Amino acid sequence: MEGKRSLRMCCLCNERRASLKRPKTLQQICRECFYLAFEDEIHQLIVDNRLFTRGDRIAIGASGGKDSTVLAYVLSKLNRVHDYGLHLFLLSVDEGITGYRDDSLETVHRNQIEYGLPLKIVSYKDLYGWTMDEIVKLIGLKNNCTFCGVFRRQALDRGAAFLKADKVVTGHNADDIAETVLLNILRGDIARLSRCSSIITGEDGPIPRCKPFKYTYEKEIVMYAYFKKLDYFSTECIYSPNAYRGFAREFIKDLERIRPRAILDIIKSGENFRISTTTKMPEQGFCERCGYISSQKWCKACVLLDGLNRGLPKLGIGRSRVAIGFKEENKSHGTKSIESKQCGSLDF
Amino acid sequence: MQLTLEFGGGLELLCDSKKIHNVNVEFEQQNKEDKLTMKGLLSWVRTNLIKERPEMFMKGDTVRPGVLVLVNDCDWELSGQLSTTLEEKDVVVFISTLHGG
Ligand SMILES: [Zn+2]
Ligand SMILES: [Zn+2]
Ligand SMILES: [Zn+2]
Repeated sequence: MEGKRSLRMCCLCNERRASLKRPKTLQQICRECFYLAFEDEIHQLIVDNRLFTRGDRIAIGASGGKDSTVLAYVLSKLNRVHDYGLHLFLLSVDEGITGYRDDSLETVHRNQIEYGLPLKIVSYKDLYGWTMDEIVKLIGLKNNCTFCGVFRRQALDRGAAFLKADKVVTGHNADDIAETVLLNILRGDIARLSRCSSIITGEDGPIPRCKPFKYTYEKEIVMYAYFKKLDYFSTECIYSPNAYRGFAREFIKDLERIRPRAILDIIKSGENFRISTTTKMPEQGFCERCGYISSQKWCKACVLLDGLNRGLPKLGIGRSRVAIGFKEENKSHGTKSIESKQCGSLDF
Repeated sequence: MQLTLEFGGGLELLCDSKKIHNVNVEFEQQNKEDKLTMKGLLSWVRTNLIKERPEMFMKGDTVRPGVLVLVNDCDWELSGQLSTTLEEKDVVVFISTLHGG
């Protein structure tokens, strides 16, 4: 009955009123059946891909945003219900952004108490001697995301090492991954294309990362958080006002409206792009200055840091990427770096 | 018509950072049986509540893709989206999925 209040029953249990339409299956289901289906799919993914081993120490990259909040909630539930035997931790990065990160960290603190998970916060100030506020004061708003991205990635690894974590899990969802696949296709970045759609990455690096929400739609994550009244933070990074998402995100969302399966199809395309290239990946060594993995003498963070400390903050910015010779344009928030998530959330 | 409108996921920033708005929506009835639809409500919201960046909330005559809508805690995709009819004291929730991670 078009236009009439829905009195349709759940197509799974036929007992309760349907509350949402699943984008993945177009099923109309009630809340209770939705919780079960949502959690069960993630459980299946964890089991099928052997994401964890009993006794593993797992650091959940926690930004206080919707994805990582729901991830922390669902993982602790699954760990309890299915007795995975995991030691879960929340790991947050404090970039030192007044009025943004301090507020979102409040949310993480509340989650820590509510879910009973130990929390480790690593800060830019402690690791690098600079807060993002101080960096922006020096360099302005133009390249600040380069700093944010490079520093955050390394901060997450250092925090995970501190926690002696076996793995880091992040809240990247199906929409994020579809967006990244699309961007990598447009850029012709074949190396990243096959990497970005894998559920586990960085197995060669210090600590592998995995994405239990790889096939989980953003709509369902937000619906889950809404129905369960989970407390999350949703203000944009003050250094990237109006950023929201770039054109690729917009395109993905337009596609989803026409045909929700499109998101899964794009991820599938990414997975199928296993091109055997003769392209040599740069050899991994270690940074001479800080010991972090690096293919150069100094890691990217140390180069940026050196520039900052010498008052030459442009140092290390804008060098073109190793891949396929695309000139890297302005990496500010407007154009987006290839890592799909904007500054202020956790990247790959 | 008395309605409760709730904005979340960052959309509250577009309307004075206030999440919950108890509003009285006046609309023109052509016929006596005409009811307020979501389509009518959206254009009312755009005119009366959204103070900045309306493009973050709407695209064309509907919500921007990525904005979820629930009428009385039920996904509007189940009730006909724009053609969903509203009744006195309904609760309509708008949540952006586009913010942060
Ligand atoms: Zn049901
Ligand atoms: Zn280094
Ligand atoms: Zn930023």
